Amino acid sequence: MKFRSVFDIIGPVMIGPSSSHTAGAARIGKMARELFGRQPDWAKIHLYGSFAKTYQGHGTDVALVGGILGFSTYDERIKDALNLAKEANLDIEFIEEDGSSDHPNTARIQMGDEQGDFELVGISIGGGKAEITELNGFELRLTGQSPAILVMHNDRFGAIASVTNVLAEHEINIGHMEVARKEEGKDAMMIIETDERIPDRIMDELNKCDHIMQVVTISE
Amino acid sequence: MLFKHVSELVEQAEKLDIPISEVMIRQEVEESGKPREEIFAEMGHNLDIMEKSVEDGLEGVKSRSGLTGGDAVLVQKYMAEQETLSGNLLLDVVSKAVATNEVNAAMGTICATPTAGSAGCVPGVLFGLKPRLNPTRDQMIRFLFTSGAFGQVVANNASISGAAGGCQAEVGSAAGMASAAAVEMAGGTPQQSAEAMSITLKNMLGLVCDPVAGLVEVPCVKRNAMGSSQAIVSADLALAGVTSTIPTDEVIGAMFRIGESMSPALKETAEGGLAATPTGRELAKKVFGPAMGSE
Repeated sequence: MKFRSVFDIIGPVMIGPSSSHTAGAARIGKMARELFGRQPDWAKIHLYGSFAKTYQGHGTDVALVGGILGFSTYDERIKDALNLAKEANLDIEFIEEDGSSDHPNTARIQMGDEQGDFELVGISIGGGKAEITELNGFELRLTGQSPAILVMHNDRFGAIASVTNVLAEHEINIGHMEVARKEEGKDAMMIIETDERIPDRIMDELNKCDHIMQVVTISE
Repeated sequence: MLFKHVSELVEQAEKLDIPISEVMIRQEVEESGKPREEIFAEMGHNLDIMEKSVEDGLEGVKSRSGLTGGDAVLVQKYMAEQETLSGNLLLDVVSKAVATNEVNAAMGTICATPTAGSAGCVPGVLFGLKPRLNPTRDQMIRFLFTSGAFGQVVANNASISGAAGGCQAEVGSAAGMASAAAVEMAGGTPQQSAEAMSITLKNMLGLVCDPVAGLVEVPCVKRNAMGSSQAIVSADLALAGVTSTIPTDEVIGAMFRIGESMSPALKETAEGGLAATPTGRELAKKVFGPAMGSE
């Protein structure tokens, strides 16, 4: 059965009006912010499909920017996100794309500052759920059936083991895992799909592991 | 044990002599592995969110597009100033359902029950009945568990998504859930909750999802008004002893098949129904520019 929890029916708590176009968009923005690790100076947001056609009415734009400012799906400040971005000296540009995308609700976000920039593609898959499908040109092949985290880390021995050890300690089973790096000894990343959602306190623990830069939930 | 059908839900409640809400709570404890207190607190938080959205909506809000907002205030004012036709309890329920959906359209905070577009029915019925039944906080939280139990059966056997099943799956499900929970809060039996759910859903069958400009506003807000009022009337019928000739699970099955045979134009694509009326298209153009209002 697909719906196993009462909170799938009574919930989530969210800013309206649409779970897919608002809550899901905020989640994509927030994942981008968390993966970048800090507030960027600028962001270019490319919208595709239904996102491109209806983003103003559904507040997809403010939700994405709210997410980039670090707001959760239920944060009332989402409504004022465009003004708050200006106040925070965050330069935002929206680009409505005509081209097609694999999913109707797709956003490509580029963001950066003096120290660097990055790019990701996120999709909103319904009911407020969102997924990252591409990061810096790496295609993330998620099954979409399990919760997943993305770990950015230094390419050092023991980095992978320190993460998997924490999961083992808490009896969280890994269903699928991929590791990738651009260059030996530099930045690397791993994508881990687990059988259950990883609670916040364990995410905090993972963030404190040696050689780990960022740990972000990319699918719930 | 996981219940898949309404018949199993009622059977478990009757066998153990517990309310539907208790069956749901026990199942949630078993499925999530979380302690009962934590689950209760989480639902309590959702209840607080719902109460706040009702309050905000009754103060008056306006959506970004300008299509909705302010009707909850109008209804309350009418109730205060005039002798109404349908009575203050029913209109209080309706105004609180409208309030929630107006807050949703205005990008306020809501709790999806089961979706954002149908978020008004459950809190509308709950907070509209509050002055009449004087429930404890515990009973109000249980109202949400009972709603969730019936909603879960619909979600697993049919759909709660307008894109998949039309509005019958969203406001229909929400109204059915609310009527079943109203019966339990008023002291009815688990079987009477199921009867109320059937009666409500039967009257919602075939309802299409045809939002103007694709926005969760017109006719969504008013559909929640009517959904919540039907929930109250169905609950009263069930409490009076009226039963549904077609059992609840079969009504849910019919809803699923009707959703399957519904044209895609009538399932949240803004291409048919009210969205395709001259006024609907004109409004779409106003909100989004010429591209959206075209064929």
